[in-house]
Amino acid sequence: MYKYDEYDQQMVDARVAEFADQVKRRLAGEITEDQFKPLRLMNGLYLQLHAYMLRVAVPYGTLDSRQMRMLAHIARKYDRDYGHFTTRQNIQYNWIKLEDAPAILADLASVEMHAIQTSGNCIRNISSDQWAGAAADELTDPRPWAELLRQWSSFHPEFSYLPRKFKIAVIAAEEDRAAMRLHDIGIQIVEKDGGHGAAFYVGGGMGRTPMIAPLIKDFVPLDDLLSYTEACLRVYNRYGRRDNIYKARIKILIHELGVDEYRRQVEDEFAHVKSLGIDPPKAEFDRIAAQFAMQPLDASAPDVIDRTDPDFAVWVDQNVAAHKVSGHAIVNISLKPLGGIPGDASSAQIDLMADLAERYSHDELRVTHAQNIVLPHVRKADLFPIWQALDAADLATPNLDLISDIIACPGLDYCSLANARSIPVAQKIAQRFADPLRQRDLGELKLKISGCINACGHHHAGHIGILGVDRKGTENYQLLLGGSGAEDVSLGTITGPGFDEDGIVDAIERVTDKYLSERTDGERFVDTYRRVGMAPFKEAIYG
Amino acid sequence: MVEHLQADGEEPCVTLDAFLEQSNATAVRLESDEDARALIPFLDRLKLIEVAFPKFRDGRGYSSGRILREAGFTGELRAQGDVLVDQIGYLKRCGFDSFASEKDLNPADVEAAWSRWPEHYQGAADGAVPIWKLRHG
Ligand code: HEM
Ligand code: SF4
Repeated sequence: MYKYDEYDQQMVDARVAEFADQVKRRLAGEITEDQFKPLRLMNGLYLQLHAYMLRVAVPYGTLDSRQMRMLAHIARKYDRDYGHFTTRQNIQYNWIKLEDAPAILADLASVEMHAIQTSGNCIRNISSDQWAGAAADELTDPRPWAELLRQWSSFHPEFSYLPRKFKIAVIAAEEDRAAMRLHDIGIQIVEKDGGHGAAFYVGGGMGRTPMIAPLIKDFVPLDDLLSYTEACLRVYNRYGRRDNIYKARIKILIHELGVDEYRRQVEDEFAHVKSLGIDPPKAEFDRIAAQFAMQPLDASAPDVIDRTDPDFAVWVDQNVAAHKVSGHAIVNISLKPLGGIPGDASSAQIDLMADLAERYSHDELRVTHAQNIVLPHVRKADLFPIWQALDAADLATPNLDLISDIIACPGLDYCSLANARSIPVAQKIAQRFADPLRQRDLGELKLKISGCINACGHHHAGHIGILGVDRKGTENYQLLLGGSGAEDVSLGTITGPGFDEDGIVDAIERVTDKYLSERTDGERFVDTYRRVGMAPFKEAIYG
Repeated sequence: MVEHLQADGEEPCVTLDAFLEQSNATAVRLESDEDARALIPFLDRLKLIEVAFPKFRDGRGYSSGRILREAGFTGELRAQGDVLVDQIGYLKRCGFDSFASEKDLNPADVEAAWSRWPEHYQGAADGAVPIWKLRHG
């Protein structure tokens, strides 16, 4: 894992001092809320319906046990004893007092963490594959590139007042576990003629105008990664729309210019930017990469798993994934217990996961965009005690990628922009499909809920998506089918008229029943949908 | 460091359009939606370029500043408009060396905000040595 050196620490410490000073001026009434707002937003502090919310960055979703314990400490000391892991691999605290914020940032800085650029119209936390460094199918670990981008984008003087927020994801496997093409820039490290380079997909996003990022360049030499990114952003900063916040994302610029024209402008800008010498030398990449390199894992570790306990066996089949080193596995911890709030974890649970990581997973944890936690490097022989510990803490729900592994935004329970509640709908759906056998029979089914058109809950990218809308003052839910945020990326289509809270649960059941009657061998829900189309589902829902 | 506002007797800036129509003015004002590159052929005879920041959220001027410095402009580069304390550091890094803020900036606050950041991660237009270079000598 990356460790701060004196420079990194200095940057974060300076930020803590700066924000402490700004809060002091605000509390003393020297600056107005209006003047304070952009400053607090740069530090991840939002005003929600009931209190301040603080969003803490977990760069590319990677953290160690010490950092994870600090997250528990903050939940315990400054919040209501829990935190909420988000679709951008971060964590949010919903009940923060303004006067505590500087102390929280100082606590975070003591473990090499921060809330820098977790909001505002700047380059946000870089996201990545939660199985990076462990996945059997990866070309290389994408995180050193993500860290290089993190440093380059931190306090970037030219790109801190962009037309709109800007999200970058980096992956290095064919399987896309980071919804890469739904980011403003999605970078995939690829191989050509034996060398590695970066494929640039630019202009994806969700929100009210969802778009899948088109390929802008298939192979950017890695020595040019920052220059090329800088060129992509400079064109956007200069020409992205600023007249209408809903048209300000880079996807709209590219849509209006056309992909070829945007590419041409980026190439021109790149030819110039490359001459400025902003790309660090290979030695800097190597310095970063060396810190992600682990002690070699013992490939002779036993590969067999004792499956005597049937509940354990079910969990292994559902939540444990293949590791690149034999005798090892990737453990996915579900934060979606039956009836729980997707992504929430108590401080005791966070501490427990930290303990398990320290003891069994080379001190590493990951946060996933599906709002779950990963122990990336576990010996198969340790799976049973890990499962026992998780099970005792209500963290062993065997539902990874099943219908109850729901992504849901905070919705009307917390969010001032919401049209409808998301959390209770997620809970009702999970209850309806509570039978584990039924869930497993339905197989991979990604269900995602947003409480309004901003799409924080990725509803466009759900195999089944739910969108909360406001219909004549009452909460109403639209149903979408056929989206995907993975390598088979697609956007969902609205089925038709919306439903009330119970109606949407019934409608989903009709959809899944239809799937069961239509599917052929081995077909996932989304495969069947793609084969048979919307009509039979519509028929099943609306009669 | 200097925060010079419009000095008495200074030549007023002309608009970009006026300048491009054969003006021999030495001071020009660039609105936030105007292309800084239009000035590149004339940089050696310009003494002052004033870049407009109509709202602090409008960050186009940061690119304009860097583009002008990258093209070799050595005259005065002024940020004018809704310029706030916490932006001055970024503006300086983008090559601005004078500030005409519509707000009353307290020079002590400006100095404190700026001196808080001893080093920078990335290269920009202020000649600062980026952290990666400090790391590798
Ligand atoms: C409760 C406070 C929140 C507010 C006020 C808020 C606001 C917004 C807004 C306005 C957008 C649309 C931006 C645009 O299209 O330009 C957005 C998008 C998004 N938000 Fe949130 N959000 C909140 C919480 C969250 C949470 C908790 C998560 C993670 C679970 C999240 C993740 C996202 C994502 C992934 C997007 C879509 C990005 C895209 O359009 O590409 N947000 N949010
Ligand atoms: S999707 Fe809408 S309701 Fe949900 S968190 Fe985002 S802004 Fe709030």
